[in-house]
Amino acid sequence: MFDLELIFNSLPLLGLGALVTMEITAVAVAFGVCIGLFIGIAELSSYAWLRLPAKVYVDFIRGTPLLVQIFIIYFALPALIGMRIEPFVAAVTACSINSGAYVAEIFRSGIQSIDRGQREAGRSLGLTWGQTMIFIIIPQAFRRIIPQLGNEFIAMLKDSSLVSVIGFEELTRKGQLIIASTYGSLEIWTAVAILYLIMTLSISRLVAYLEKKFNTKKVS
Amino acid sequence: MKLHFLKPLLAVSAVLMMGQSLAETKVIRAGTEPTYAPFEFLDENTNSIGYDIDIINEIAKKAGYEVEIVRCPFDGLIPALMTSQIDVAISGITITSERKKKLDFSTPYYHSGLTAVILKENADKYAKIDDLKDKKICGQIGTTGLMYAEKISKESKAFNTNPEAYMELKSRGCEAVITDKPVNDFFLSKAPKDHFVALDDVVEAEDFGIAVRKGNDEMLKIINDGLAELEKSGKLKELYKKWFFE
Repeated sequence: MFDLELIFNSLPLLGLGALVTMEITAVAVAFGVCIGLFIGIAELSSYAWLRLPAKVYVDFIRGTPLLVQIFIIYFALPALIGMRIEPFVAAVTACSINSGAYVAEIFRSGIQSIDRGQREAGRSLGLTWGQTMIFIIIPQAFRRIIPQLGNEFIAMLKDSSLVSVIGFEELTRKGQLIIASTYGSLEIWTAVAILYLIMTLSISRLVAYLEKKFNTKKVS
Repeated sequence: MKLHFLKPLLAVSAVLMMGQSLAETKVIRAGTEPTYAPFEFLDENTNSIGYDIDIINEIAKKAGYEVEIVRCPFDGLIPALMTSQIDVAISGITITSERKKKLDFSTPYYHSGLTAVILKENADKYAKIDDLKDKKICGQIGTTGLMYAEKISKESKAFNTNPEAYMELKSRGCEAVITDKPVNDFFLSKAPKDHFVALDDVVEAEDFGIAVRKGNDEMLKIINDGLAELEKSGKLKELYKKWFFE
């Protein structure tokens, strides 16, 4: 019943898919952290022209499904701008923009969790607002949000399976394609799940290590 | 212990289970993927309609069954059939030797072939389907159209549904969409006239069959008897006219 040989034969293709999944996740998370840091700080700004667009961005992205965002970027946007978007670009853009909104909220809550005395101390030592942020607040906040960033990383890795709908051949799509010709749903989906598990477990180990490394003195 | 909240849950699940045991007696669960006009697609009220839907309804009516249409992605149909989630699959499925290893097929009820739709601006570049060799071709995952594309080109690309493949063609992500002739013809009849054309070439004569689980001879007999009767009474021809000559 359970055809191990099918899994064995499919492993090279699935492995290739897993690599693509890792690639897209890594790029999306990297962009997502940059976008998120910027938007997260903007959300806390005292200037409305910075704060409001940031809020709208976070609300819009968190309030709509990633799947719909992928369809909009790949199929709807080209009709609007009259230019084709490559699947990889569309996939990475959708995932980065999506991840950015969640990371923004993580940064915002992290920054807000730092005692305001830290900011006041920085300012009274003659640092500018920007210097206080960069040298005092963000390093402390970053240490606190490592676990949440790890969560977001894992969530993004799993959500990247959604880009299969635009024919982008990551792990889930490779699985679907193999099943379309071999009909081995049981074997292939089991193998796909295990490959995802290997990747997510590796990330959570990495996050646990980073947490330990940056937390030499426990922050209560 | 506070367990009142369980009561409505139990009541609901009891009703559901009853419904299910009733359903198992006289219902054919027919799996289909309704993005394949004119074989199966959705009307404005999102009911499944089309040539295939009419056929299975006629067969079931004659045999005293009711039809429950189960909508499912095309590449999920055969696994759903193999795991008994549906009783038959009728979705413009070509009878191939590969699929016959996993399923049993009814007698053929439709004879088709593959065509390619291209952008009109490329009409001078391609005369026959095989001119598309090693070009980017899109199709739907699990279909014979995509299998043919994969055979002549390494640069083929699979989408979950045919409409998505047409969108990819429209945005110039590929050079052609290969699929069954009636599906391409239906698309051309609805699409902007000056945008797309079909190549005259038709390849791979194909027979469509209704698929049942391997060894489910009882269901196979109901389907084959029904098809034979539809053929004899002229109903099959009537349905053919209804969906392909409008």
